[in-house]
Amino acid sequence: MSAADGADGRMDGPAIALRGVTKIFGPDPQAALALLRAGRSKAEVQAETGHVVGLDDVSLDIDKGQIFVVMGLSGSGKSTLIRHVNRLIDPTAGEIVVDGEEVLKMSLAQLRTFRRTRIAMVFQRFGLLPHRSVLDNVAYGLEVRGVPRARRLEVAAHWIGTVGLSGYERSRPRQLSGGQQQRVGLARALAMDTDILLMDEAFSALDPLIRSGLQDQLLELQAALNKTILFITHDFDEALKIGNRIAVLKDGAVQQVGRPEEIVLNPANAHIEEFVRDVNKARAIHVRTIMERAGEGEAEACAMTVPADARCEDVLPHFAQHQWVGVVDAEGRQVGRVSARQVIKALARYSPDVP
Amino acid sequence: MFPELIDTRPLRRAVDDGLNWVVRNWGGELEAAAYPLLMLLNWIERLLLSTPWWLFIAVFVALAFLATRNWKLPLVVLVGLVFLGVMQLWRDAMATTALMIAATLTAIVISIPVGVWMSRSARVRQLVTPVLDLMQTMPSFVYLIPTVMIFGPGKIPALLATIVYASPPLVRLTDLGLRNVDPAVMEASHAFGATSSQRLFGVQIPLALPTILAGINQTTMMALAMVVIASMIGAGGLGYQVLQGIGRLEVSRGLFAGLGIVVLAIVFDRIIQAYGSRLQASIGIAEARQ
Repeated sequence: MSAADGADGRMDGPAIALRGVTKIFGPDPQAALALLRAGRSKAEVQAETGHVVGLDDVSLDIDKGQIFVVMGLSGSGKSTLIRHVNRLIDPTAGEIVVDGEEVLKMSLAQLRTFRRTRIAMVFQRFGLLPHRSVLDNVAYGLEVRGVPRARRLEVAAHWIGTVGLSGYERSRPRQLSGGQQQRVGLARALAMDTDILLMDEAFSALDPLIRSGLQDQLLELQAALNKTILFITHDFDEALKIGNRIAVLKDGAVQQVGRPEEIVLNPANAHIEEFVRDVNKARAIHVRTIMERAGEGEAEACAMTVPADARCEDVLPHFAQHQWVGVVDAEGRQVGRVSARQVIKALARYSPDVP
Repeated sequence: MFPELIDTRPLRRAVDDGLNWVVRNWGGELEAAAYPLLMLLNWIERLLLSTPWWLFIAVFVALAFLATRNWKLPLVVLVGLVFLGVMQLWRDAMATTALMIAATLTAIVISIPVGVWMSRSARVRQLVTPVLDLMQTMPSFVYLIPTVMIFGPGKIPALLATIVYASPPLVRLTDLGLRNVDPAVMEASHAFGATSSQRLFGVQIPLALPTILAGINQTTMMALAMVVIASMIGAGGLGYQVLQGIGRLEVSRGLFAGLGIVVLAIVFDRIIQAYGSRLQASIGIAEARQ
């Protein structure tokens, strides 16, 4: 890639691009890589060489301003994947480009600057400093960056307020509940004011209600901040709720990438279908995906309308009164309509071939 | 009998001659090099002896109270120290305390950096661990002889022998403490772009402090365990009283001086431990790890 391309990529390209990233754990990863390239499966490589394939030829483009969710069960390589973006783990092969810059070509000093200024991370087990107050924890990233104390405490106090922990500035992390601790982790990452946020199973260790609250808070913050967020989870419902795009990972390989509805409506294989089966489809599917589009001029105005980003569960109650519910865009123009029948068809697990 | 495969006499002679050569040619320099240690020891001893007994007792009772916030330990400290005074062991106890403090301070200055180095490199750990094992298992008389030959009997060889014997646990526990810091916290520090010294001073050492303090405690205890041996080469103090008790078959002298050593051990051990558990609680390592 020439320098000009690189500069160009910084403007329009994806925020994060992974190209053929492969990670093999073991003493001689290159030998194992050769076997993998020769077409052996992950299990065969492990049986023959004792090397574990963490990631197998993963290529992903993550656009700016997106919440990109990588979903997979434990052992699927999702946590390994996210650690490649800021090079907490070095890949065995492949290329990682963040904002047009190749992360793997950075020197140690460049990598430190990159981590200090361009990318922030939230961890499943919080990773807070137990010997410091909440305020000093949130200021930690800025301290590492070398921001003067008065300034960094001011910024930290602001973000503590934003995540709803005002009044806890002087507390120690251990005095907080899990949900509050993760808010501290989130505030610490947000205080860095980076364009990119990495969230490694950030909400997985929390109780369902707390988790749901934090998901809502993240979406609210994202609406205001418009960051590029790479979010790792093992929870498909969580992925559907917060993801603009979802990649499903299994055995270190990407199974399917797409918008939440695409995955719910057209699961690429049996593995993904298993997830989809247990999922609340009514929450996952947007009405605009299944609506009958308004043709030229023949838009028959409906008495009841919902916005285009409404989901099936939002439209269901209206069918008690109305046969058709209109779908309107941001300007209030009706762009289509849905009927109960269409919704039921989308939500049904099987669609028998009836004309 | 094991057959004589080689004649070991030349080897023995070479070792002896080598030591003699060092004593002849480098004795003065080595003595000068160890002089700061002697100054440190003498300074501490003078400080302790010039402190009025009641002030010394008050300081330690206060330290014990601050560490535990109840009256049990301060009472033990008070009774123990008064015992030293009543038994006319005060002067010897101060000499022993000075030797122990000087040895511990020197051990801290040497051991913590070595422990840090070990924690960062598996190679260094492989090299240092057998040396530590050797320092702890080699009978101290074996290295007392050459040190006495070089420095002459007195406080310097006693101090050096105490340092050699008392340092290993601090090195080991520093290494252990630094390596056992919660990996999640270390990873977060990496992810935010901390340099290795930012990680060491901002994360690792603060979190390893309770473990390091346990190492310092062990070092003080091992230094006290050396006082009788140290007194054989001229360190004085409670150990010398024990030695005299043995020599004169005066059981009472040996017994009370021995109890004096026990009193010092209890006072220092309990106070340091209490500070350690306070520190641990304030960091809240146990809870934060869940």
